[in-house]
Amino acid sequence: MTENTSRDILEVEGLKAYYQMNYFGVQREVRAVDDVTMTVRRNEVYGIAGESSSGKTSFIKVLAAAIRPPLRVVEGSVRYAFRSGPIDVVRATPDEIEAVRWKSLSYIMQGSMSVLNPVRRIGRTFEDFAARPLGLSGRAFRERGIGHLERLKLPPDVLRAYPHELSGGMRQRVTIGLATVCHPEFVIADEPTTALDVVVQKEVLSLIRDIQREMGSSVVFVTHDMSVHANMADRVGIIYAGRLVEEGPTRQMFFTPRHPYTAHLVASLPRIGDTTQRPALEGRPPNLADPPAGCRFHPRCPLAVDKCRTQVPPLETVAPDHRSACWRWKDVEPLVKAGAPAGEMA
Amino acid sequence: MTTLLDVRNVSKRFTMGGLLSRKTVEAVQEASFSLATETPEIFTIIGESGSGKTTLARMILGLEDPSEGEILFRGKRVSRHMGRAEKLAFMANVQPVFQNPFEAFNPLKKIERYLESTARRFLKATERAEIDRAMDEALQKVGLSLKEGRGRFPHELSGGQLQRCAIARALIPNPPLLIADEPVSMVDASLRMSIVNLLKSLRDDFKVSVIYITHDLATAYYISNRLIIMQRGRIVEMGDARTVLDRPEHPYSRLLKASVLSTDDAGDGKLRTDPAMVQLAAELVGRPGRLVERADGRQVREHA
Repeated sequence: MTENTSRDILEVEGLKAYYQMNYFGVQREVRAVDDVTMTVRRNEVYGIAGESSSGKTSFIKVLAAAIRPPLRVVEGSVRYAFRSGPIDVVRATPDEIEAVRWKSLSYIMQGSMSVLNPVRRIGRTFEDFAARPLGLSGRAFRERGIGHLERLKLPPDVLRAYPHELSGGMRQRVTIGLATVCHPEFVIADEPTTALDVVVQKEVLSLIRDIQREMGSSVVFVTHDMSVHANMADRVGIIYAGRLVEEGPTRQMFFTPRHPYTAHLVASLPRIGDTTQRPALEGRPPNLADPPAGCRFHPRCPLAVDKCRTQVPPLETVAPDHRSACWRWKDVEPLVKAGAPAGEMA
Repeated sequence: MTTLLDVRNVSKRFTMGGLLSRKTVEAVQEASFSLATETPEIFTIIGESGSGKTTLARMILGLEDPSEGEILFRGKRVSRHMGRAEKLAFMANVQPVFQNPFEAFNPLKKIERYLESTARRFLKATERAEIDRAMDEALQKVGLSLKEGRGRFPHELSGGQLQRCAIARALIPNPPLLIADEPVSMVDASLRMSIVNLLKSLRDDFKVSVIYITHDLATAYYISNRLIIMQRGRIVEMGDARTVLDRPEHPYSRLLKASVLSTDDAGDGKLRTDPAMVQLAAELVGRPGRLVERADGRQVREHA
């Protein structure tokens, strides 16, 4: 599928992950991830965007090898090409996953307050998480930890603090520190800045970007905030109702989107300087237990024709490096123009 | 010209810690502004987390008493210790909309239960038909109707629809003032604008004043008439929304504007904020100062 496989660190092929539940003998199935095929390259930031209940959290759970019932992988594979060797996390044994977790494959979680143990000092939490994968202990470990915190512009006494003594931005930097202390090759960041205000958000984002460049790792960055993707991601993938509907280089996704949903996501962003009404997308994402036939976006799509209601559009290449799953991708007009003035920046 | 809400030199201090390690936090310091009855407007409070914007809102709602100063609603003092009848009359006039609609509704009860109890309490409605009419009217105002909403549970609605129901609930007693605390931050990006447009139509079509609390500068620019920018409990800049946001003057306001992620150069990966700017804004936090009026009508805090 790609011309040079060695440049990819992650290859997801035909992934189907469903929630399967059995209530009083009635089988229920929620198709949270439905036939996703994508790759993530070495040394890139790949942004995943999607609304709540679009299946993006289930998707990254599978990527992070945290597949717990009722979520089951029905089909497909998730193959990583780590330096320590290739691994398919769908089929790997718990021991094999344990060997790569945190060392090669790590995870920056959403709410920093619920990640850090409130009754343990930060230094102890660091030890709990990272001492084993690093194979260090005592003094050597502490030095490594302090060195890493300095890189994150955190003072060394943070190690002796309790989580509640730190501000939200500092706590989020600590969780980034935890996720990167072992220099992982692949980092999954799940909405790491949603709870932060604009000033701190920008700091944290540039920190993640700097660390990523310094370590040369790949980052999969998940958020529904398109303005974060605009500034963070090299490539962006849009997930709608469990399917990857469009994927491409960030600039093209913003200025020449080839899927009506992407065009709307980009256009619905209000900007400073706006005084006129922005088009708001009506309706809601479909219920994944009973998704609509054909293209899953057709009930909300302004371009929908009869074909969209019955046939599922394949993800086809529409430009170099740019794929879209829309029957009418040629007719998609960008709703914002490139380089439009957005008010004066002070 | 009568004043609807008058906030006069309001401060709020919280004490934290035990007997030996007592610390006081100045959540809000000397906030003053007023809203007029005749001209409904959207008045926005912008600030980072911990800037005191929610504390200010809680004081206006009468959930918290100011340490100093007073808040007057239609000339009457707002206090946590109002009598029951007085409190009910006040609550019918000032209604809140909260941040997370999924937490505002009881997940085990149908959504009309929440609306119904509001109608019973504030409209003193007892007849089935009367309650239904009140609920339907409020839902119509937010673009829904009782027919589609009845019998649904919160999980059956999207975040945007649920937030609309929460706003409809607040509208049942026909209040002249609505306090919306970050009403869009938990709503998906594609549905966010519909809530913002709704607040705008409440002001224009139904003459409801809204105090809109947010940290999103773009939506603030889009809908507000006037705004205040708060930093660590202090108002640092106040005035006409577009005048202030087009050319912010206080260093903190400028930092806020510079921190908004722009999509114009999508893919270029520019993320650096000027460190001097951050430093300057941080230095001004503890310094005394006062609000000074400018020629264009805005007020800016000048520091000694």
